[in-house]
Amino acid sequence: MGVRTWLGEWPMFRQATGSDPLGRGAAVQSPRTRALEPRTREADEVVKSVCPYCAVGCGQNIYVRDGRVTQIEGDPDSPISRGRLCPKGSASTSLVTSPTRVTTVKYRRPYGTEWEDLDLDTALDMIADRVLDARRRGWQDTDDQGRVLRRTLGFSSLGGATLDNEENYLIKKLFMALGAIQVENQARI
Amino acid sequence: MAEAHPVGFQWVMEAKARGATVIHVDPRFTRTSAVADLHVPFRAGADIAFLGGLINYVLTEGKDFREYVTAFTNAAELVGEDFADADVEGVFSGYNAETGRYDPISWQMDGAYEAPAAGQRDHWEPELREEHAAFTSDTAGGVGDQAYAPSDPERDDTLQHPRCVYQVLKRHYARYTPEAVSRVCGMGVEQFLAVARAITENSGRERTTAWVYSVGWTHHTVGAQYIRAASILQTLLGNMGRPGGGILALRGHASIQGSTDIPTLYDLLPGYIPMPNAHLHEDLQSFLDADAAKTGFWGHMDAYLVSLLKAWWGDAATPENDFAFDYLPRLTGNHGTYGIVRDQIDRKTFGYFLVGENPAVGHANGKMQRLGMANLDWLVVRDMQMIESASFWKDGPEIETGELRTEDIGTEVFFLPCANHTEKSGTFTNTQRLLQWRREAVHPPGDARSELHFYFHLGKKIREKLAGSTDDRDRPLLDLTWDYPTFGVHEEPDPQSVLAEINGFDADGNHLASYTQMKADGTTSGGCWIYTGVFKDGVNQADRRTPGAEQTWVAPEWGWAWPANRRTLYNRASADADGKPWSERKAYVWWDEESGSWTGHDIPDFEATKAPSYRPPEGATVEDALSGTDAFIMQANGKAWLYAPTGLADGPMPTHYEPVESPVANLLHDQQDNPAREDIDRAWNRLNPAMSETYPYVFLTYRLTEHHTAGGMSRFLGYLSELQPEFFCEVSPALARERNLEHLGYATLISARTAIEARVLVTERMKPLRIGDQRIHQIGLPYHWGSNGLSVGDPANDLLGVVMDPNVHIQESKVATCDIQPGRRPRGPALLEFVESYRRKAGVEPGGIT
Repeated sequence: MGVRTWLGEWPMFRQATGSDPLGRGAAVQSPRTRALEPRTREADEVVKSVCPYCAVGCGQNIYVRDGRVTQIEGDPDSPISRGRLCPKGSASTSLVTSPTRVTTVKYRRPYGTEWEDLDLDTALDMIADRVLDARRRGWQDTDDQGRVLRRTLGFSSLGGATLDNEENYLIKKLFMALGAIQVENQARI
Repeated sequence: MAEAHPVGFQWVMEAKARGATVIHVDPRFTRTSAVADLHVPFRAGADIAFLGGLINYVLTEGKDFREYVTAFTNAAELVGEDFADADVEGVFSGYNAETGRYDPISWQMDGAYEAPAAGQRDHWEPELREEHAAFTSDTAGGVGDQAYAPSDPERDDTLQHPRCVYQVLKRHYARYTPEAVSRVCGMGVEQFLAVARAITENSGRERTTAWVYSVGWTHHTVGAQYIRAASILQTLLGNMGRPGGGILALRGHASIQGSTDIPTLYDLLPGYIPMPNAHLHEDLQSFLDADAAKTGFWGHMDAYLVSLLKAWWGDAATPENDFAFDYLPRLTGNHGTYGIVRDQIDRKTFGYFLVGENPAVGHANGKMQRLGMANLDWLVVRDMQMIESASFWKDGPEIETGELRTEDIGTEVFFLPCANHTEKSGTFTNTQRLLQWRREAVHPPGDARSELHFYFHLGKKIREKLAGSTDDRDRPLLDLTWDYPTFGVHEEPDPQSVLAEINGFDADGNHLASYTQMKADGTTSGGCWIYTGVFKDGVNQADRRTPGAEQTWVAPEWGWAWPANRRTLYNRASADADGKPWSERKAYVWWDEESGSWTGHDIPDFEATKAPSYRPPEGATVEDALSGTDAFIMQANGKAWLYAPTGLADGPMPTHYEPVESPVANLLHDQQDNPAREDIDRAWNRLNPAMSETYPYVFLTYRLTEHHTAGGMSRFLGYLSELQPEFFCEVSPALARERNLEHLGYATLISARTAIEARVLVTERMKPLRIGDQRIHQIGLPYHWGSNGLSVGDPANDLLGVVMDPNVHIQESKVATCDIQPGRRPRGPALLEFVESYRRKAGVEPGGIT
């Protein structure tokens, strides 16, 4: 290693002589940090999305590698957000990759003291049975004045503001066909 | 706005950089106040006094935008002689003290019944309708539609007649003087006048003023009237339908607007069609007669509703069976969320789905919420994290106090993991009515599924179980159109096919391009008429992503806004009566004489070729009945209503009432609080008496930038929990001295519901206010915390009781009272005795779980 090369690797020298007098960029890079690349560069694809928190609707770019989300950034194309995200939107990578996320069905039997595991299909079948039973028990054909009601008060639903329009549509459609009027969401809260 | 909608706030800062004045009216000094030109601290719950004061200022100083007011509002119409104003007493004519409800018949205009375009549409009981038919018998429609016949009320275009709306309004607000506002709100007269001058000087031909609000305006027993007060003010100043104007609701969830448009709400069908109420001998026609106007675009409710019924029941919906209108269940009153929870506690309802909502933390009176869930047969929770509403039976606050025992709770709980926003495709509708499509980036892990998947397969399973049923009540399920194409190993339904159904089809199976193509004869379908056009030409318009930098400032090619991709509603009002822009500076849409059509920067919210000079012929209906100056096309008369003769449950004009839990008397009217409000009188929902010495302080709840609602999407995240690690209360130095509260120490806050503890933040951001001869302290409480997650704390909402607005059944959670004491709260059963001792002292009946 010649003296010049040795000197050239010295950050103070580079800071004093190069284009980075404040020592906030190239001047302070080591061979290791110079070789670092943002994980966004290694993404297999960038998928267009929208932030899931408040209702401003900021654009998000979802960076995906090997079928997993590696990073979420603001979408500069969005005329709403112009690439910006707030602390929550900026934290959404950790929302979708959270280690405490529950990914299997949990079941608590009546009077039970602990969670148990349950197969998803079994759970769906049990829920369908319970819906039909509660629907029957809460059914009202008419009221005491003889007015047609054709409804059930046996069960209800709460939630929708965090869901997609298409999902809200299926919830409302199914509940109306069941005769279940008690459908509510955060808009009332 | 800077706190809870920070990225949207960049546009306020852009406006400020271009010379706009930013005024922040809020009890607290926040990040918004920090960059505002003026922060006006005031007392929570006094907003109608404040807005009424501004209306009074505009009217007494003659500052209204007169040409706009005469062209576009009902200012000139005469109110009927039977109407009696609230006046000193504070109660309007038509109030029934026994039922606590208003009969709005005396609020009507002189010589005409006017149908509401929203709100209480069907409160015409049969006898009222008959009475009413007497003066609207010469109608255009058929049998049964007498209630909603078009007719013109008497008017005085000089605005001088004592019964014209303009004068009625002026008299109603005459008592809301700057001095009165100052006394009620706790702001200085000069401060009030500074705001009044700023907004009036910034309104008119050349300038517009926008009002931005959030749940600080809606969470009150008079919440709907807060918004009404703002609309009166904005209409008087000519700030509606114009660029830079409006009353902008900042909504708090990614698609809370969408879940209102396609409502997972009990009282609505998609596109703001009201859910039918139970009536004797009701059919499709009598429903439409009672709930839809004959004039204006709501005159097409038949086409919107029949298309919806066709989307849901397909070939089973025929002209012979009223398009399956009888398949829809009927309402008999308030079935809102708090009534449902009361019924859970009473074991009148047995099952509950919670999808992306955490009421154990996020709703007022958490004890009530958890008690409801503890009395269910079964509960299905769909979420990403183990939220408090799923685990209440194991670790809820009532387990700690011994009020509930895990072994005694019979609720069967299913926790089903859900897909997150990157794991499914679909649309969110943001706070400006913009639908934006998200594309699926990755597959959901393990058992996690989208709600689309869950509800589609649940519906399939239920239909399989009922196959072959001959029971009449199962017909709506078996006849339901429920055959969406699926893909992938999990048979995920195709969300584009659902969006296409929402958009609607014509008889040949083509995608509808506009709701104006919908028909009432059953030849079109469409699941939500206001969303028709989102799949125009078979293209998913919500997935359009032309970069903002490559299009105009209105950005019409990013996503799709309902209706018809219009970005500003009622934008016909951005031009004068003749169709000319009010000014060059504020030009938005205008009439182009040469081409004989409306044009401009946005899609005109008006019939494209209806000239400003158009006047309806006698007997015209639907949009033909609206003239070329009737900008408010959803209104039966095309006018903005400064006075609302119908549609509201608590009065035709906003009136200041104190919050139910207020430390002061109503200084403007004798009536203390909203006489038509809704209560739930139960041991688990005790209220603090007004002006109570036991609960002397006001508290209000709010959000932090770093957390989201009930915390399910933020308290479980490392970064956000580090940024805001603990529940705290904001108190002024004066209150800290009064109660010996130590900065960073603990405090216990007590109401008639419970007591919670929080770390103390002593800050000048909270200012004591002078109300009459009282000094009022206000305490700020962020409401994000619960027992689960990385950052834990007591839920602020546990402190609240439930008392509701009668129009929308929303709780008064933005203002209530409490006491505050230094130190941590008692633990276990001692907490119950502690809270009871306060109730005893305040003269409140014993409370809690009985």
